[in-house]
Amino acid sequence: MALLIKNGRVLDPASGLDDITDILVEGGKIRALARGLAPAAGAGTEEVSVLDATGLVVMPGLIDMHTHLREPGHEYKETIQTGSRAGAAGGFTSLVCMANTSPPNDTAAVTEFILEKARREACVNIYPVGALTRGLKGEELTEIGDLKGAGVVALSDDGHTVKNAGIMRRGLEYARNFSLPVICHCEEDDLSSGGVIHEGITSALLGLRGIPPVAEEIIVARDIALSAWTRHPVHIAHVSTVGSVQIIREAKARGVKITAETAPHYFTLTDEAVRTFDTNTKINPPLRSEKDVEALKEGLRDGTIDVIASDHAPHSSLEKDVEYDTAAFGIIGLETSLALTLRLVSQQVMSLTQALEKLTINPAKILAIDKGRLGEGADADITIVDMDAEHTIDVTAFKSKSRNSPFHGWRLKGRVIYTMVSGTIVFQAKS
Amino acid sequence: MELRNKDLLAIRDLSPEEILLILDTAESMKEISTRDIKKVPTLRGKTVINLFYEPSTRTRTSFEIAGKRLSADVINISSATSSTTKGETLKDTGRNLQAMNPDLIVIRHAAAGAPKILADALPVPVINAGDGAHEHPTQALLDAFTIREKKKTLAGITVAIIGDITHSRVARSNIALLQKMGAEVRLSGPYTMVPPYIEALGVSFIPDIGEAIRDADVIMMLRIQLERQQHGLFPTVREYARFFGLNRERLQRAKPDVLIMHPGPLNRGVEISPDVADGPYSIILDQVTNGVAVRMALLYLLIGK
Repeated sequence: MALLIKNGRVLDPASGLDDITDILVEGGKIRALARGLAPAAGAGTEEVSVLDATGLVVMPGLIDMHTHLREPGHEYKETIQTGSRAGAAGGFTSLVCMANTSPPNDTAAVTEFILEKARREACVNIYPVGALTRGLKGEELTEIGDLKGAGVVALSDDGHTVKNAGIMRRGLEYARNFSLPVICHCEEDDLSSGGVIHEGITSALLGLRGIPPVAEEIIVARDIALSAWTRHPVHIAHVSTVGSVQIIREAKARGVKITAETAPHYFTLTDEAVRTFDTNTKINPPLRSEKDVEALKEGLRDGTIDVIASDHAPHSSLEKDVEYDTAAFGIIGLETSLALTLRLVSQQVMSLTQALEKLTINPAKILAIDKGRLGEGADADITIVDMDAEHTIDVTAFKSKSRNSPFHGWRLKGRVIYTMVSGTIVFQAKS
Repeated sequence: MELRNKDLLAIRDLSPEEILLILDTAESMKEISTRDIKKVPTLRGKTVINLFYEPSTRTRTSFEIAGKRLSADVINISSATSSTTKGETLKDTGRNLQAMNPDLIVIRHAAAGAPKILADALPVPVINAGDGAHEHPTQALLDAFTIREKKKTLAGITVAIIGDITHSRVARSNIALLQKMGAEVRLSGPYTMVPPYIEALGVSFIPDIGEAIRDADVIMMLRIQLERQQHGLFPTVREYARFFGLNRERLQRAKPDVLIMHPGPLNRGVEISPDVADGPYSIILDQVTNGVAVRMALLYLLIGK
């Protein structure tokens, strides 16, 4: 069946298109993109249904390049199926899932399992990240060629820094043979271990052990230096500090091929949020200071930070309904990321096009996947959003299996109305 | 006047008026402990549970005596005998205790914020007897009571708090209380044990302890945990005692009527020299005596009215 999306404001950061126009979807692809398309414009053999997008923004399906789907191993927190539904509800049509499952995704067999599960149960595209080192231990490289053959799109020991700089160097060199970008979790654990909160005013007040910004910045600087030396691109995950933004900006200026992401909670909340000891504010890296938030916004605005990723990290009450010190790090974000990003547009930090490129074409380019754009011949992964619709975040209504969001009860603007993957509607808002 | 909250979790949550109410109530409680028969019927039929997840002699005994002098039934639960070793969560332990209808729970726990978990989950009043490095509100109240007893006021006095600030719940509660009551607070100690943004709490930091105690009305020495040395926070006990300990020579810079306090237990010869700890300026044992009165006052104010 063909589908005609009529009269929407079609916004495609990849091509710069931002206009009221129509899109004809046929056979899972975008067949035509032009004003005034009639249902008859279809090939004729198929029935064409019409979707009126008047007053709505039609954008490429969003890509989340940093998600934890918890399968295999922690299915009580999330599964590929529930995570994909949460993604669809949040406007994401592609999820890039990190390797820290149990067992970790450090062999082709695990990658194949994830992709087979995804084929059967996921409603959005799933792209696995392979581990850079076996067991995420930072000691021996994984069989990277095998992982690539099985379908991983990047390599990362996310959750851990590869502590040994020599192993990291060899990892980057070897990954270069297979053109797989390496995503770096930057944390010097000699400085961060035992810490549960940003080391700053709130940690001083609450007596919680702090994680200083320098724990992140030292490894950001190291991995950039290694990237420059090995001439292999690294992507810095979840940037959270002023210093990291400066180091990345300076490296880009001298032409080092690196990219970087931050997550919506880092540009929305500060360590102030921890004052209530709410464990849904416990994440790694931690929520930082107002100064860091401002620097992240500036980094997003000037392009130092290429990508906004959710770092969706589901945990159950078993890990969260405990003392702050004992609680697991991580919060979920698939169903709040778009609306929190749109806040930056209304705060005039970025244009809508700029904001959306960080959720679509930029991650697609980094991962070398042909997604994140609207154009004739492109996969019909499309998200349709009512930019003005206000809604209250209600974690109990989330599609995710987990509830660990610090944004419960927030009023946010920008509501996903339709999400479609290869022309099939996988999410539709309740009217 | 009454306390506004059902719990006492942090000095931060108290108004100056509430602090005064507690101190004034403690004045009248203190006399009970000097009687021949040290018991009044105020809390007869009430059950107080001391839930201690960390070892404690002084604080636990102080709460127990306070409860018993008010005729409450006091039950002590220590971590060795608790369900935590069986993997039960704090909230579940709390719910189980609640099911036995206690009137108040006193909790000490190694994790900052742990008492708040109980307070939020249970209708029973909760007193924080020390949570991690966060707060130890009853210690700050008994310190304030003791200072006021000697100096007649808290407003306008200068208090130097010296030692391991980072890991000290006593320091945090005292900073909050003294500031609310109009005292000036100075901190001193090795930079390795001072939070980087401590000035944001409105205190001054003076790296040289001799300077910090100059003209101070009160010197509070904090306990240094000797195992911190292994984490590189100070080089040797000898060096700590030499540069950050309080001894008679250093004390000469202080005011002639200075008061010396310590929350205990003492490391004699480390943060405080024996002659100073036992000397004429020391009010360390008055603190312990007053601890009972202050805790009696809190029990009375929270469940006796």
